[in-house]
Amino acid sequence: MKIHEYQGKQIFAKYGVPIPKGIPAMTVAEAEAAAKQLIEETGSPITVVKAQIHAGGRGKGGGVKVAKSAADAVELAKKILGMQLVTHQTGPAGQKVRRLYIEQGLDIARELYVAMLVDRDARRIAVIASTEGGMEIEKVAEEHPEKILKIWIEPAVGIAAYQARELAFQLGLGKESLGKFVKLLTTAYEAFTKEDMSLLEINPLVILKNGDVVALDAKINFDDNAEFRHTEWVGLLDEAEEDPVELEAGKAGLSYVSLDGNIGCLVNGAGLAMSTMDVIKLEGAEPANFLDVGGGANEEQVKKAFSMILQSPKVKGIFVNIFGGIMRCDVIANGIVAAAKGLDIKVPIVVRLEGTNVEIGKQILSDSGLKITPADSIADGAKKIVAAVKGA
Amino acid sequence: MAILVNKDTRVVFQGITGATGAFHARGCNAYGTNVVCGVTPGRGGEEFDLGPRPARPGEKPGDGPGVKVPVFNTVRDAVTKAGANASCIFVPPPGAADAIIEAFDAGIELVICITEGVPVMDMIKVRRVLEQRRAEGQKVRLVGPNCPGVITPGQCKIGIMPGHIHLPGNIGVVSRSGTLTYEAVGQLTRMGIGQSTCVGIGGDPVNGTDFIDVLELFAKDDETKGIILIGEIGGGAEERAAEWIKANLKKPVAAFIAGATAPPGKRMGHAGAIISGGKGTAEAKFKALEAAGVKISRSPATMAETLASML
Repeated sequence: MKIHEYQGKQIFAKYGVPIPKGIPAMTVAEAEAAAKQLIEETGSPITVVKAQIHAGGRGKGGGVKVAKSAADAVELAKKILGMQLVTHQTGPAGQKVRRLYIEQGLDIARELYVAMLVDRDARRIAVIASTEGGMEIEKVAEEHPEKILKIWIEPAVGIAAYQARELAFQLGLGKESLGKFVKLLTTAYEAFTKEDMSLLEINPLVILKNGDVVALDAKINFDDNAEFRHTEWVGLLDEAEEDPVELEAGKAGLSYVSLDGNIGCLVNGAGLAMSTMDVIKLEGAEPANFLDVGGGANEEQVKKAFSMILQSPKVKGIFVNIFGGIMRCDVIANGIVAAAKGLDIKVPIVVRLEGTNVEIGKQILSDSGLKITPADSIADGAKKIVAAVKGA
Repeated sequence: MAILVNKDTRVVFQGITGATGAFHARGCNAYGTNVVCGVTPGRGGEEFDLGPRPARPGEKPGDGPGVKVPVFNTVRDAVTKAGANASCIFVPPPGAADAIIEAFDAGIELVICITEGVPVMDMIKVRRVLEQRRAEGQKVRLVGPNCPGVITPGQCKIGIMPGHIHLPGNIGVVSRSGTLTYEAVGQLTRMGIGQSTCVGIGGDPVNGTDFIDVLELFAKDDETKGIILIGEIGGGAEERAAEWIKANLKKPVAAFIAGATAPPGKRMGHAGAIISGGKGTAEAKFKALEAAGVKISRSPATMAETLASML
């Protein structure tokens, strides 16, 4: 799960990670009030108007602007609020800006990059740092791998001060910033572990002219598996930022990803679902989605999954590929029949069932009167659905 | 022979009185697994009805007698009182990491965690404990979490896989994915090729057993004559396995990697299945494996065929 920068900074504040003063604003009026308040509190007329969307690259896309006065901030807020912000992470359609964050302006001396993430190969949390703050880190890693610094955190100890100091020296920080940098990393690591993050990215982390170390940005992803111990996450979710279909699927306990092709897939198990996409591609067509109904889906979830695929206008054919382990084939069949009931289904459907209660499942499908082409293997099913879609 | 589990493995089910734990404890018993007891804290002293087990040699063919096993409060009791040496965990995510560490500390040698949805922060700690125990010389292994389990066909099934699709034989299967493992096994069995042991290592980013751990065991196992390795996009486990195979493994290996068509940055169901920063693509994994002499099955439909062509 992703959250906005301003929400991330509220979490930073809770743990003592230094951040600039800032106030979220949902309207232009709120932006004006926020700018005035910040100007009064800081004694500086400079504020920054920042678009709040979940994608990165907001600055380059024109979603982050410096205002020289309160009036200036209002003009910028008018411009940014409601715009379609296009960044390298949003896709060409961009993302509509619905929230702003108004922040104090700072005297920045240097911009750095710091991130924490789960390094699956080391099975530890890794801290990544670079002198190339404000840049796309993927590009830096590709073009200047020597500029990417990395340390790994021993889970029984937590981040050791010496490790943070070593990073600071390698980043070329002066004595006046050393302790402040160590404090920032230590508090951020505490936030990472206690809040069950899977990614924490501060880009840029800034060194001010007075030597202070401040998190100018906060990009946070949470580990969805830990949701059960974070009831507060519900309040942080911004549904407008999510793909509506994926959101709906998630609520039904399904794992769904929209893709660009025209063959809808309903599969049990993530690996088999990916493979089903792969085999469709090998047959010369493109999948419309990734959909894993999981190992223990009930009839209601299968019904939901099947109707979601049916509702997508781009779907020209459906391939159901089930290898029942714990998933019973009769449950799948009943769900499909329930979803198709009363609908005039025009697209071809190919169903491959294997595993537990397969005969009952096949019987339910053939008794339903639905026009379903049975398949007896993953290859057979893929061939049949691709042929049916291309022939249509 | 085979690896990890056989007819002598004595299994405790942690979370045996929960709906899923009960269902699969009965399923494993019906397959012939030697289920010796269950653990549910607070339910110690109860008896759990596993239903009938298959007839053993010398008994009348068909269903054998019904099996009832004790439920204990702790895994330590399961080890000292019932002689359990392997554990199958169905404890829900909030208690899963604790259940795993309890099994380690009770002296269980093989801990298999089926539970899906364990927080990665918990797994980092579990992994740290596991490494510490092994460094101290304890004989302990964790498979999973978020995996289908381990099966040595005809002898012992610990997990949620459908037993009937398996056939005893000489092919080892190791996989990050559950249903895709069934797909490979189904293909093998249809061709009349049996399996020595099938191991699902799970789809989470931090887990207990890696490809290399299993490949090492298959390499030493005389019964295993060939191996199917099933990977997924994300991470570098397949690339590391390729390096190891190149340097160490003489047996034929066929591999499939799921997710060649997956777009970057999108999590494909498993928390571990995500291409990030251009790393972990199927193409990179295919390349690494091919360079190690592994034969690639580009389609999930030809995993068994690909291996058979090498035998």
